[in-house]
Amino acid sequence: MKYLLILLVCLLPVFSHAGEATDMAADPVLEKRMIGLAENLRCLVCQNESLASSHSELAEDLRREVREQMQKGLSDQEIIDYLVSRYGDFVLYDPPLKKSTLILWFGPFALLLAGAGMLVYQLRKRKSRIPEAELSAEDAQRAASLLDETAEPSNQPKDNRA
Amino acid sequence: MMRFILPFVVFMIMAAFMYVGLGLNPREVPSPLVGKAAPAFTLPQLHEPSKQFSPQDMKGKVWLFNVWASWCTACEGEHPLFMELSRKNIVPIYGMDYKDKRENGEAWLRKHGNPYTLVVSDIEGRVGIDYGVYGVPETYLIDKQGIIRHKQIGAVTPEILDETILPLIKELQAK
Repeated sequence: MKYLLILLVCLLPVFSHAGEATDMAADPVLEKRMIGLAENLRCLVCQNESLASSHSELAEDLRREVREQMQKGLSDQEIIDYLVSRYGDFVLYDPPLKKSTLILWFGPFALLLAGAGMLVYQLRKRKSRIPEAELSAEDAQRAASLLDETAEPSNQPKDNRA
Repeated sequence: MMRFILPFVVFMIMAAFMYVGLGLNPREVPSPLVGKAAPAFTLPQLHEPSKQFSPQDMKGKVWLFNVWASWCTACEGEHPLFMELSRKNIVPIYGMDYKDKRENGEAWLRKHGNPYTLVVSDIEGRVGIDYGVYGVPETYLIDKQGIIRHKQIGAVTPEILDETILPLIKELQAK
């Protein structure tokens, strides 16, 4: 009995799946189009949820509005324009390129360029700070002899078979 | 010396951006309706549902349009300001009971007082969408030509009333 209960509890998620917040709709094709559009629109109350997934009352009302405008035969763009005229660019997840959004669009690239510029500048500076070291004839000879010494054993491998 | 100045300057710039950015209210979405004509509507009045009201009736007057609801707690906060403003008789205040039951709206006004010249009820919230309402209370200042001149999102505070709304009302009434 206990195990049956545990099994039942484990199976619960199968029956309760969280989907998009859908309202009752008579027309599944229209509903699909509405959800497709609403996925790209931001809910104003919850701010980080799309209009399609939000359960807030305003989102429900806005979905109803979108649905009704679709029934009236308006195009997706006309509906988006309507919502933007009421709520501003804020409702768009894909903000348009204009004067006030220039920083938004190009800011990251400007920062990247600035960072790359800094990097190149610093590397160049470092290169000029470390001068090429000139070896005196004496030092060069010593270095060569040291290298020879360490190189010798590998030139004449010891006979390990003995 | 340069080694210290440059990072310091960069840090100060970042700090300035953050200081300003964190001071902004993310709930305050700039309304595209400011400077545009107030959307037309015709709604039944709250107290006399058989009578209607539409903003076209207000042509030639500067007026405040306050969106509230009985379920809205922030509305209780700003309500005394409107009560006081209506006593001073500076500007007509029209109310819209947003997504509310008629009897709840009426009961709320009985309890807190009614500063409104007239209240319309937007039971389904359709006019609210037309006005870009997303967080009650919201208040619109509309001029003689029916253009929205100011939109207050959230409760009106004494500071906003004295420093922004009242001077703007005077300016618009003088025109």
